Amino acid sequence: MNLNLLHEKLIGAARLDTPSERVPYAFEQRILARIRQEPRWDGLTLWVRALWRAAIPCAAAMLGLAVWTAYTPVPHVPNETADLDTQLETTLMASVSIENELAW
Amino acid sequence: MAEAEADLIAAVLRGDPASFAPLVQKYSPRLFGMARRYARREDEVEDVVQEIWLKAYQRLETFRGDAPFEHWLMRLAVRTCYDFLRGHQRNRESSFTELSETEQDWLERFAAAPEAPPEDAEAARQLVGRILGELPPEARLIITLLEIEDRSVKEVAEMTGWSPTLVKVRAFRARAKMKGILARLARDKYL
Repeated sequence: MNLNLLHEKLIGAARLDTPSERVPYAFEQRILARIRQEPRWDGLTLWVRALWRAAIPCAAAMLGLAVWTAYTPVPHVPNETADLDTQLETTLMASVSIENELAW
Repeated sequence: MAEAEADLIAAVLRGDPASFAPLVQKYSPRLFGMARRYARREDEVEDVVQEIWLKAYQRLETFRGDAPFEHWLMRLAVRTCYDFLRGHQRNRESSFTELSETEQDWLERFAAAPEAPPEDAEAARQLVGRILGELPPEARLIITLLEIEDRSVKEVAEMTGWSPTLVKVRAFRARAKMKGILARLARDKYL
């Protein structure tokens, strides 16, 4: 079966079938009644809604991180490397030390 | 944008909902025509159009007036119809035996004489409606806008908010998907 031709014929049939644009009776009044019940969103309302939506995932992430932090074991740091001052000094002086070693 | 429409929109934004009525009256026929392409039952069609108008009213502030109101409304309408399709997605495949007698006759006549002029347009319309109903939402939307309504890629991109490249990719996949469904129906019958 020629599927391309079948596709074309079916699309051709669908093109000829224009849907009705009939509007139900009193539809306009129904819409007006609905919009009078519903407040129109301004920028502030949208912003507040977005914040409320973001609040739950943020709280869940915070809780998850808190649990993760509480139950993660602290790695053992040896005393000789624990001193931040010493580490900083060693790093800063590394190039000087290497030059001195080369001079010998 | 027509001066009168601009005045009406300004009045609605100032807090006069009654000024929205002429806009509803003017554009509802087009919206009903569009919604009937995607929803079958009349109550669903009315729900879709009502949803479009409620969204239009609530988001009227985002209409900047640099394009006609109609274009802005149609973009909103297409996106609402797409949401409707996503919410009512069917994942059911029809087999040849599930087609109505007239649909089966139409396919058999086509198989016997593919080049013959089309007969029984109603059966063809029923068949294409069934096939469109089996397509995923984005494929159905693309086939409807590009092929049935004969819009350009640029227009479809503007209406859907997808990039032109994405429209082309989705159109290619949609055609392939539709041909896959047709091939399955043909296979059911002739293998």
